[in-house]
Amino acid sequence: MSRIGVFTCHCGENIAGTVDCPKVAELTRQIPGVVHSVDYKYMCSDPGQTLIKEAIKEHKLDGVVVAACSPRMHEPTFRKAAAEAGVNPYLCEMANLREHCSWVHEKNEATTQKAADLVRIMVEKVKHDTPLTPIKVPVTKTALVVGGGIAGIQTALDIANAGHQVVLVEKSPSIGGHMSQLSETFPTLDCSQCILTPRMVEAAQHPNIKLMTYSEVEKVDGFIGNFKVTVRKKAKKVDEKACTGCGLCVTKCPNKKIPDEFNEGLAFRPAIYVPFPQAVPNKPTIDTANCTYFKNGKCGVCSKVCPTGAIRYDQEDELITMDIGAIVMATGFKLMQTDKFPEYGYGKYKDVIDGMQFERLASASGPTAGVIKRPSDGKEPETVVFIACSGSRDRAKGVPYCSKICCMYTAKHTMLYKHKVHHGQAYVFYMDIRSAGKDYDEFVRRAIEEDEAKYIRGRVSRIYEEDGKLIVKGADTLMNGEPVEIKADMVVLATAVQSQDRSEDLAQTLHISYDKYGFFAEAHPKLRPVETNTAGIFLAGACQAPRDIPETVAQGSAAGAKVAALFSQDELTREPIVAVVNRQAPPLFSTCTGCFLCQTACPYQAIEQEEIKDRSGRVIKTVAKVNPGLCQGCGTCVAFCRTKAIDLAGFSNEQLFAELMTL
Amino acid sequence: MRIGYYPGCSLLGSSREFNESVKAVCEAIGLELVEVPDWNCCGASSAHVLDHELSVALPAKILAQAEAAGLTEVLAPCAACYSRLIGAYSELEKNPDHKTRVSEIIEMPYTGAVKVVNVLEVLERFADVIQAKAVQPFARKVACYYGCLLVRPPKVVNFDRPEDPQVMDQLAAKVGATPIDWPFKTECCGAAFSVTRTDLVAKLCGKIVDSAVKLQAEALVVACPMCHSNLDMRRPETNAALGKDLQIPVLFLTQVIGLAMGIEPKKLGIQRHMVPVAFNAPTGAQA
Amino acid sequence: MSEQFEPKITAFVCNWCTYAGADLTGTSRIKYQPNVRVLRVPCTGRIDFMLIMKAFERGADGVMISGCHPNDCHYTSGNYHARRRWMVFRDLMDFMGIDTERVTFSWVSAAEGAKWGALVNEVTDKIRALGPNTEQKQLVGLGVE
Repeated sequence: MSRIGVFTCHCGENIAGTVDCPKVAELTRQIPGVVHSVDYKYMCSDPGQTLIKEAIKEHKLDGVVVAACSPRMHEPTFRKAAAEAGVNPYLCEMANLREHCSWVHEKNEATTQKAADLVRIMVEKVKHDTPLTPIKVPVTKTALVVGGGIAGIQTALDIANAGHQVVLVEKSPSIGGHMSQLSETFPTLDCSQCILTPRMVEAAQHPNIKLMTYSEVEKVDGFIGNFKVTVRKKAKKVDEKACTGCGLCVTKCPNKKIPDEFNEGLAFRPAIYVPFPQAVPNKPTIDTANCTYFKNGKCGVCSKVCPTGAIRYDQEDELITMDIGAIVMATGFKLMQTDKFPEYGYGKYKDVIDGMQFERLASASGPTAGVIKRPSDGKEPETVVFIACSGSRDRAKGVPYCSKICCMYTAKHTMLYKHKVHHGQAYVFYMDIRSAGKDYDEFVRRAIEEDEAKYIRGRVSRIYEEDGKLIVKGADTLMNGEPVEIKADMVVLATAVQSQDRSEDLAQTLHISYDKYGFFAEAHPKLRPVETNTAGIFLAGACQAPRDIPETVAQGSAAGAKVAALFSQDELTREPIVAVVNRQAPPLFSTCTGCFLCQTACPYQAIEQEEIKDRSGRVIKTVAKVNPGLCQGCGTCVAFCRTKAIDLAGFSNEQLFAELMTL
Repeated sequence: MRIGYYPGCSLLGSSREFNESVKAVCEAIGLELVEVPDWNCCGASSAHVLDHELSVALPAKILAQAEAAGLTEVLAPCAACYSRLIGAYSELEKNPDHKTRVSEIIEMPYTGAVKVVNVLEVLERFADVIQAKAVQPFARKVACYYGCLLVRPPKVVNFDRPEDPQVMDQLAAKVGATPIDWPFKTECCGAAFSVTRTDLVAKLCGKIVDSAVKLQAEALVVACPMCHSNLDMRRPETNAALGKDLQIPVLFLTQVIGLAMGIEPKKLGIQRHMVPVAFNAPTGAQA
Repeated sequence: MSEQFEPKITAFVCNWCTYAGADLTGTSRIKYQPNVRVLRVPCTGRIDFMLIMKAFERGADGVMISGCHPNDCHYTSGNYHARRRWMVFRDLMDFMGIDTERVTFSWVSAAEGAKWGALVNEVTDKIRALGPNTEQKQLVGLGVE
């Protein structure tokens, strides 16, 4: 028989004003199992808590019901008091007499009756409570950062500077990401590479950062603090230790006609290449798909010229498995392809380029050394039309969302163009100018007022070639929709920012959610912007939504801080409110029949399959098993279970049915 | 094979040659056209601006008549008729409960059993027959002009590439023509402004005709009576606006196919055009 | 009957939205009728049919289920499961001859204190008008449990 104590609080006049508290104490004293029931003015006060603690000792209580305010208010207070008196804190429950009773009802008999009923419900619950202990989970203090753009670099540096180990994985041969391709950045017009490359070097040389370029995440198992991650280190066919980065192989490679990804196809690179001069690591990679040696076994020039014998044609991909405590996704974005725009020629006009190609044209390290030349014939364009929202905010043909960065970079492009082609004229077709941000609107005004970009509010309906010019047909909606026709030498489309290719696959590998556009989903749009729904996995940068550099860096640091906070503990303590699959003596072992409906219901992938084996190792039964590290305690699986094999600690079937029996 | 046929008003009036050539080509390829009995106006450019229910009910009545006649498909050669019919059809498919309301208005059952097709869709099914029967290849450069009503809205008509459609080019190529790659396939011809703002139509048609000529097309090919009348009948105004004298003829696709099949030009209504057609004409053809 | 029938109502609410919403009703001092007894569960996804059946068996005249609005579930998708389950359960109730009006399914967020108060009053009035739940007792009488 239980020995339960009931402590009814007056909360000054807050409860006692409408509820007859002494009567509640008297009524509840009669409940079987209740051995002690008192009322007091302020239970949460020091004397109140002492009163409870002493009663626990004096009456040898094994369960406590505090009838006071909402458990959302004082449950931790009273559970702590109970624990101090030697009762497992999870055997202390609260009946909500204030928010759910005294404050919402009139002073009468029915209200007092309800108060007594609420206590009765909790007494029955406590009778079926089981002592629980908080779950401890060890933490591996190594973080994995996926993606070596500015988001990943910033995150890795912040975690590393906090004194923790970081593995930075980048799929291409160099870190740097899109930011390394940019010419100058808004709103300050400082050179992108000048501010980025020192960070790249810092990341590469940091003693706490292990850089893995040309590598991709293949598999992720485990849970917060205890992930097991397999990374595929693709074969560069170059021994990174032996290579000195002299670049002789790159100069001598005879196959030099491969479209250069870094220059967005505006230049060519050899089959053995370093993506760009400031690449980190500055060691070459063989593009096996385009290398003559790998195509027909002939050539081998790079191997012959290499002074250190670093070329390894037989190098294979390596699978490396690591123990990881936290993961930060920083995989970035891609731009919508220009051939997605039928009205702009399906990508067939060479001089219709996208924003990133313009960055390369304007970049001092680009294919034209920063001189603006149009791709078709290398002529300096005298009229350039910029089309904002190419694919963005277009529900019919593109994506419905705003790509966020285009208004700003388009203004920047008009300025860079004007600074380089003084007699040139830039036109911008736009829908709205979205320039919210520090010094952003001033920047756009400068483009319009000082650098004389002509902004036309309206959409472009068609682009076609005529007499060597690109005819841009649009409308000026601020001039009653008057048709506008501009004979341009070059057109730059501010194409929509999209999620990376295969981002959905990657999300599924990591068990994180993503939206319908393939962007990774944050746990809460306002209050948990850098966390995912999977504990221990965080987000930084444009893999979550279109972002500019300052926001990306801020988010990278935020994710870094989250990881550092996680790593500040040796063990994680979790509420023991988790689901459990029952275990019984042989021959039943468990009432679980292995239908795994619970697995489909679980939003956290917390349910695994477990094989029950006999002594000879023969599998007798495959049953569900809850990983307490991942389970968040929602109980959806419990309602799904057909055989009632799974139950939720703290809100078990037994407890809830016992509560209902009081009715 | 048989298919329902809805000529609409244009094909009995200003575009008789479209009617004649569709019928001639269909006869040649072995497709029987069954005129929808007691058909009415499709609503054209007026109904949908006046009353939405009326603009759905009028085409629905036509389709209900076809349904009553046991037809499963109706060919509407006129692009405007096609647009009204398929628009009503798709709206009623999307909102099946509106079918009851429409049936009440037209006082006969409408179930959606009859599908609407345009002339390009029908000819595409016979592409191989057409190619086989093209005994006098139409060996000329042509600019295929689709206009707006055939290809829009993209979600309703499901055209191959709404901004750069291909099907007419492919059919023209089947009978020996060389379709040019040009950017004006779906540009506006001015449409119904032909009467009220002839100046606008002249300006818009001027760009279309001028571009086709610049790209060395020898004929414009269309599949819409409105496009045809603007590009053909409004040529004097167009030429005046351009300050040029462009004599590129405008043919219906069915006329091009008919000529290639060796059908007598008069049977195809070639002689009815304002801008004379003076080529590839077998014996007895009149300019 | 001279005395007015006072229905017994059992409410299953989720911890994160409706329980907090009901707390807000209290802090806002919005008055409602005292017929409801609230049972707290972590998530509406936790609510098994059998709990609702048990409530009726124990004499409840009405049952309320309330959780986070769609898309706002603390556990991502529990409320969707609850909603789907309710669609099925409603048919089952109907089949068994229990008036489906006796169960009210709703979304009340942590910010909707006033909504909770109004909802409880509305449900209490509705169930009072429906009268005592005799259907369940008849079923038990027929040997159906």
